[in-house]
Amino acid sequence: MTATDLPFPTSGTAGVPTLAEGEKQTGKDFTSDQEVRWCPGCGDYAVLKAVQSFLPDLGLRRENIVFVSGIGCSSRFPYYLDTYGMHSIHGRAPSIATGIATAREDLSVWVVTGDGDALSIGGNHLIHALRRNVNMTILLFNNRIYGLTKGQYSPTSEAGKVTKSTPMGSLDHPFNPVSLALGAEASFVARTIDSDRKHLTSVLAAAAAHRGTSLVEIYQNCPIFNDGAFDAIKSPDTKADAIIPLVHGEQIRFGQHDEEGRGTKVLVRDEVTGGVRAAMAADVAEEAVLVHDAHNPDPTLAFAISRLTDSGYLNQSPIGIFRQVDRPTYDDQAREQLTLAAGSSSDGDPGARLASLIGGGDTWTVV
Amino acid sequence: MTKQVKQLDRVIIRFAGDSGDGMQLTGDRFTQESAAFGNDLATFPNFPAEIRAPQGTLPGVSSFQVHFADHDILTPGDRPDVLVAMNPAALRANLGDLPKGATIIVDTHDFTARNLTKAGYAGSPLEDDSLAEFAVHQLDLTGMTVEAVKEFGLSRKDAARAKNMFALGLLSWMYGRPTETTVEFLSRRFAKVPDIRDANITAFKMGWNFGETTEAFAVSYEIKPAPMEPGTYRNITGNLALAYGLVAGGVQSGLPVFLGSYPITPASDILHELSRHKAFGVTTFQAEDEIAGVGSAIGASFAGHLGVTTTSGPGVALKSEAIGLAVMTELPLVVVDVQRGGPSTGLPTKTEQADLLQAMFGRNGESPLPVIAPQSPGDCFDAALEACRIAVTYRTPVMLLSDGMLANGSEPWRIPEVSELPVIDPAFATGPNHVSTTKDAKTGEVSEVADFWPYVRDEETLARPWAPPGVAGLEHRIGGLEKADGHGNISYDPANHDYMVRTRAAKVARIADSLPPLEVDDPTGAAKVLVLGWGSTYGPIGAAVRRVRRAGGRVAQTHLRHVNPFPKDLGAILARYDKVLVPEMNLGQLSLLLRAEYLVDTVGYNQVNGMPIKAADLAEVIGSLVAEVEGTPLDLAGTLDDSVEGASR
Repeated sequence: MTATDLPFPTSGTAGVPTLAEGEKQTGKDFTSDQEVRWCPGCGDYAVLKAVQSFLPDLGLRRENIVFVSGIGCSSRFPYYLDTYGMHSIHGRAPSIATGIATAREDLSVWVVTGDGDALSIGGNHLIHALRRNVNMTILLFNNRIYGLTKGQYSPTSEAGKVTKSTPMGSLDHPFNPVSLALGAEASFVARTIDSDRKHLTSVLAAAAAHRGTSLVEIYQNCPIFNDGAFDAIKSPDTKADAIIPLVHGEQIRFGQHDEEGRGTKVLVRDEVTGGVRAAMAADVAEEAVLVHDAHNPDPTLAFAISRLTDSGYLNQSPIGIFRQVDRPTYDDQAREQLTLAAGSSSDGDPGARLASLIGGGDTWTVV
Repeated sequence: MTKQVKQLDRVIIRFAGDSGDGMQLTGDRFTQESAAFGNDLATFPNFPAEIRAPQGTLPGVSSFQVHFADHDILTPGDRPDVLVAMNPAALRANLGDLPKGATIIVDTHDFTARNLTKAGYAGSPLEDDSLAEFAVHQLDLTGMTVEAVKEFGLSRKDAARAKNMFALGLLSWMYGRPTETTVEFLSRRFAKVPDIRDANITAFKMGWNFGETTEAFAVSYEIKPAPMEPGTYRNITGNLALAYGLVAGGVQSGLPVFLGSYPITPASDILHELSRHKAFGVTTFQAEDEIAGVGSAIGASFAGHLGVTTTSGPGVALKSEAIGLAVMTELPLVVVDVQRGGPSTGLPTKTEQADLLQAMFGRNGESPLPVIAPQSPGDCFDAALEACRIAVTYRTPVMLLSDGMLANGSEPWRIPEVSELPVIDPAFATGPNHVSTTKDAKTGEVSEVADFWPYVRDEETLARPWAPPGVAGLEHRIGGLEKADGHGNISYDPANHDYMVRTRAAKVARIADSLPPLEVDDPTGAAKVLVLGWGSTYGPIGAAVRRVRRAGGRVAQTHLRHVNPFPKDLGAILARYDKVLVPEMNLGQLSLLLRAEYLVDTVGYNQVNGMPIKAADLAEVIGSLVAEVEGTPLDLAGTLDDSVEGASR
């Protein structure tokens, strides 16, 4: 059996009740009455605003949307959205969301997490959610630092980082969240930036539309403990060279534009390493330029592209949807097993079926 | 040859062999035959944690003890009357438990020099007088089995494997067990491998025939069926009864059950069993770890399912933070801890009651939750259903403390009528539960708005509303941060935190309002000593109390299903007795709680050796306490034999 002949829905929001004809929702409907308490200038504000104005576009009933978070600055997110929500415990949001998504097909389930929450204390739950492909969208706010505990290095901080807990520099080699997700069999992996509302919104839309676990890494600036971590990709002077935009079906080009408005740098296969490297467009043949294929069943190229992310100070990073492939979800299959099992039981009355269950096996009667 | 048939009122048999010898299966089949015959019975499987420990060694010995009788019995028995030993290690490991005069049936085939050395014997105990105190039957069970099944053309190894069925056949003859169920069982089990099936059935029948024809066994025994309350019965293990209780919890509440679990001994069988009941809407999720097991269950509960997680002590340790989240968010959750020997990895396949204080206090902050415990394998059904009732009614995690002895042990269980079972009302929130007044900033006009507050409480139970997603107008956020009373927004207010801490405690205490009075068994009404237990010690305590009463001692017994909160009348009951003896398979954890709650100076009887408490040992302790308190000596000599365990009928 292949993915194409499975009877499962392919839309991430299939089964979730939608607004009635003529009903309208606005960002305000999704805004709770709670005062937002992030630091001034925090990238979380921009993401919150983007999510609040994006959610009405889904056309889903607000009461069928659930946000689950762990612990950390970004994990306060659910309190600020007027949907159902749970602010849970450190690192465990994917497991809680797995229970919710498996129990209820009619809910749109979102996880909000950070680099410490998802990749350090909760790393195990993240990788297993990805491999199971539970229908949910994980927003991973990556500020490359611990904010809520006031400035220790995180699993995405660059090696050598001097922080409160590493006065002589951190000794940890960082995770690349996109590489990790691809290695964990993720079916949808994307990266976007807090300050680019348009790109962020388009990635959210694609993630919500994907059936399965969608991992969206969001570069998010912490102005207090790690300010400037993403300056290279945000500064108008450097961002053309820093951002490698990934658009499905298009050549991967970046760098200063030529007269036709095309990036002067391109990605090509690196025959020496077997990976991918950047080259000047002028130096390579047109047909050697990689055309991004997010739907490629083989994740090898997506992984190779993810390796172009700087692990030290960020001067270069691919941005966009690395991978989007259809694979049956854990929750759809779990529900199908329940349906199949229920179909084979002839008597519909649960009490009678319970009596027959507990009265099974070798029995004897005493009169 | 006509053989003599002797009447007995009870027998304890222990089947012992290598862990690959099929002793658990043999014991289980003998048990099913005895159940079908109508004896009362209790069983005690005892096996190593290793799947296949080195062959022929002492650590590799696996045993199954079954006690069956023509009367009501409470324990698997202290000392076996009959030992079936399939190799030297099985003999050596179990010999110390046998009373003088016990019958030993040995398979001589494995008494080779090599196996004797492995078991630590310098010479063969079959050839010296070390077994002189016992009635020993030396039989080449393996040889006779291989001979009996040779027509099926099996390899010698496969043929020899059927020796456990030969032994079962022999014992079935000796005790007049019905054989049909075992033949049916073997036909089913090996349906796909006809030669193995036929070899096993043949070995079983040849074992029976051997008993009937050989002169080695001159006597067979009859143990009449035990009088039992009218009803339909089946033999059931604790883990199976517990799984059924959880299915029943789902049916009786109308909620789909969601089990999030990670495999762990001795709890895994509950996961296995529940995974077979998807037709009841039971979802089983084998999580990546213990934390994800409980996390997914909490998520499912938030979504309106009945969240359950099953584990053993080490798993509870890992789940603690998440259980605290369920305490804080006040969501229904059933946490099953099938206790085993600890601390740390401890003794995975052995029994213990040492997780009580972990269940009570093993979380950060003031984090109270109800704790309940089944008292016998069959009682695991009722206890699981009760855990579901409390979890749903009071919106709280409930800790259900089973243990290894209950989990794998079995007893006849009267199958309840579904109409007798309690109905559990989830009482989901359906609409607004509060009216807020808002003042328009410009006009000053005051208007009223109906809204939903997640922390408005039921006056009787103090439970908060359960409002799963999907209902418009009830959108709300919960979480681990302290919440304000009523509206449930984050609150750091000191007075609110103090109020919420006390309210969560009061809610758990209120559960006691829903509990029936404690039953105290005190036939003379004049006992000065009370024996109080909880969980699986019910059997040994009951058996010990019977012995003391037979010797003329006055002693009262009561047993706790609810360890937190305690039943409301417990304090008054304790005050009625001069001495309260608390036997536990730990170093005094219930005693600690009783002393703290009631300032009662309990007397502990504590054993932490991974094995059930022996009724005879406990009877001596109770006897001397009774003698001391009453000021008159009590002679237990005539009662310490197992044969008087029966109820005073």
